[in-house]
Amino acid sequence: MPGYAIEFRDVSFARSPGTLVLERFSVAVEAGEVLALVGRSGAGKSTALKLVNRLFVPDSGSVLVEGRDTREWEPIALRRRVGYVLQEVGLFPHMSVGENVGIVLSLERWAAERREARVAELLQLVGLAPDLFSSRWPAELSGGERQRVGVARALAVDPPVLLMDEPFGALDPITRAELHHEFHRIQSTLRKTVVIVTHDMGEAFALADRIGVIDRGRLVACDAPEAIAASNDPQVRRLLDAMPQVPVFGTRRRPPSHEAPADRRSLGGGG
Amino acid sequence: MKLRRTAAALAEAASRAMFKLMAFWASHRGELLTLLAQHVVLVAVSTIVAVTAAVPLGIFASRRPRLAVPLTAFANIVQTVPSLAMFGFLLPVPLVGGVGARAALVVLILYGILPIVRTTIAGLRSIDPAILEAGVALGMTDRQRLRLVELPLALPSIVAGVRVAAVVGVGSATIAAAIGAGGLGEYIYRGLSMVDTTVILAGAIPAAALALAVDGLLLWTEHALARRRHRPTGARLAAVAVAIALVLAMSASAARRSSGAIVVGSKNFTEQLILGELVAQALERAGLAVERRLNLGGTLICERALTTGDIDLYVEYTGTALTAVFHQPTQPDPSAVFAAVRDLYARSGRTLLAPLGFNNTFAILVRGRDARRLNLRTIEDAVPEAPRWRAGFGYEFLERPDGYPGLARTYGLRFAEAPRVMDLTLTYRALAAGQVDVIAGDATAGLIKGLDLFQLDDNRRYFPPYDAAIVARASTLLRAPDARAALERLSGRISAADMRAMNYAADAEHRDIRQIVSGFLSGIQG
Repeated sequence: MPGYAIEFRDVSFARSPGTLVLERFSVAVEAGEVLALVGRSGAGKSTALKLVNRLFVPDSGSVLVEGRDTREWEPIALRRRVGYVLQEVGLFPHMSVGENVGIVLSLERWAAERREARVAELLQLVGLAPDLFSSRWPAELSGGERQRVGVARALAVDPPVLLMDEPFGALDPITRAELHHEFHRIQSTLRKTVVIVTHDMGEAFALADRIGVIDRGRLVACDAPEAIAASNDPQVRRLLDAMPQVPVFGTRRRPPSHEAPADRRSLGGGG
Repeated sequence: MKLRRTAAALAEAASRAMFKLMAFWASHRGELLTLLAQHVVLVAVSTIVAVTAAVPLGIFASRRPRLAVPLTAFANIVQTVPSLAMFGFLLPVPLVGGVGARAALVVLILYGILPIVRTTIAGLRSIDPAILEAGVALGMTDRQRLRLVELPLALPSIVAGVRVAAVVGVGSATIAAAIGAGGLGEYIYRGLSMVDTTVILAGAIPAAALALAVDGLLLWTEHALARRRHRPTGARLAAVAVAIALVLAMSASAARRSSGAIVVGSKNFTEQLILGELVAQALERAGLAVERRLNLGGTLICERALTTGDIDLYVEYTGTALTAVFHQPTQPDPSAVFAAVRDLYARSGRTLLAPLGFNNTFAILVRGRDARRLNLRTIEDAVPEAPRWRAGFGYEFLERPDGYPGLARTYGLRFAEAPRVMDLTLTYRALAAGQVDVIAGDATAGLIKGLDLFQLDDNRRYFPPYDAAIVARASTLLRAPDARAALERLSGRISAADMRAMNYAADAEHRDIRQIVSGFLSGIQG
């Protein structure tokens, strides 16, 4: 039985003494699986992500990445194995798009030629024409384009794990739908282990293989999307009721809309 | 109509002032360039050192917020100390203190550090936390993050601080002239002590222009950096560095003072500038190399500079030395005072040469017309006239123990009304204009001659003697016996009338001090 890509074992974490952010939190993610962590703001979702790339270290319990406790990982090596995409993206404003995407490659001392080829490949992958975008500044990009650059940068050294913290939260609905679609396309070719954090149950349904619901630092449910949609747990219901529209699974059974084929194709490609 | 005439008059006055200024610059070309170069070197060196100290400090403080508070508080306090006071504090400090360029640099560096530390901290703190987190999450080490992300993003802010430091430095460096560090402040101090606006402007205008130029250059750099949002390329940095190095090298070579020369100091008023120049020229005529460090900000600074060897000699007054330097009570007998001061100096390795010949004491002055009409020669002669006179005295004279109270007691003087308090420099004109009838001035004031005033003889020897005499480091005189001989030739050669004439030529006629002195020396030495 192969080990999990990421495993939280009974993790508790307090940002400052007395204020527990995560309490006895346990969940395991298989290689190639997309797990969405859903919950209200401040529930502890982002903290869970930062425990994976050792921006935080658990107070008790342990987080394992590829079977190894994050405390035992050399932090830099760990972070090269774990890509990280933030909502604010965090592109370096003084570097061009190409330099942003290639920064880790520079840190790893790749030769310029090889680096440029890889940057072009990555930009292509996230749907940005390299010759148009490579020399532009982050400030000249739209929100969606910036988010794509952020993903390309996180994928630069082909890390097996990708952490995404509200990656599409600040985007308009159309761009967001477009990026959801892109996500499926990329994931179908790369098969990364992905943990994505969102407060939007709809987004979780659109992207995840499995959904974990966090409430006040505890994991209250973790199951396949269909099971979550049918859950009677009051915390889960509250999140479901807050969704603006009927869950994606509801629309599946309706007469096909213009979006449905794209959805099905990318999901099928993944399987 | 009247307005137009006023405007025309103003324009004419302005153009005349401008012409005088141009003429001054033209006749002092070499000196002006040297002072400008000294100024540039002072500011450039102090700013560069301040940057190399302040940026690491700022980085350090921004990472340890607990240290940032006391650090900026300390820097703030340093900044609030007036620069002249700062020079004063540093005078007795070994190594960094004293007089000259080194002490000036220390002060300018201290002033430059604060704005740069502050803007470095501000620049680093203003970086979006998401960007920093992205850096960490991408696997950058602390150093890599600092070098690749934080410093480039904070650079425009840091440069803004450097700009403030450099411009403040240009201003503060003018004050450095008070401790003999040179720079354009020399003209400002010289002008102030000569009450000559042209000379003040001759220093103030280039200083202001320099401040504007420095500000403009750095502002341009700041914009260039902000616009590029890019690591400056090596080639550009190198070009800027080479340009700065060139300017510095040129300035340094212009500013360098001859070594091994005898350093002549002086205090910062007209008579002292003349005496300093006179001593310097006398040495030069004897074929000796001389370095002038004139215009030092007062007795204490000259004394300290002489002790530390920053200057080799200057002209002091016996009464001043006894009271201000050695804190001894004064006495009326000139030769006793001279002997006492000579012994005190000798104990600390200094030699007081024989007096130059004039006594710069208080002088009780009346209009020459009145003196002739009433046949007055001494203060005693004037006592019977005094009840019909009004007196005008400077504040200091009214208060000093060797001033008015003792004078009135010694001679039994009584005036028509209580003496008026007025600015010392105004009393001469007030007397000439008939607003008062008797004043207490300086025995060597040029205006005595200029305004036809008459000094009443202190026949009861009330005023302590202030005989001018050269004080020199004994080791210098031993090393250079030629210098000693040249200096001794000046003994007894400068009368009070000579000194008055030279002060008058400088203060009232605005003649060049070098020319006044060289004319005088040619007269006495042939």
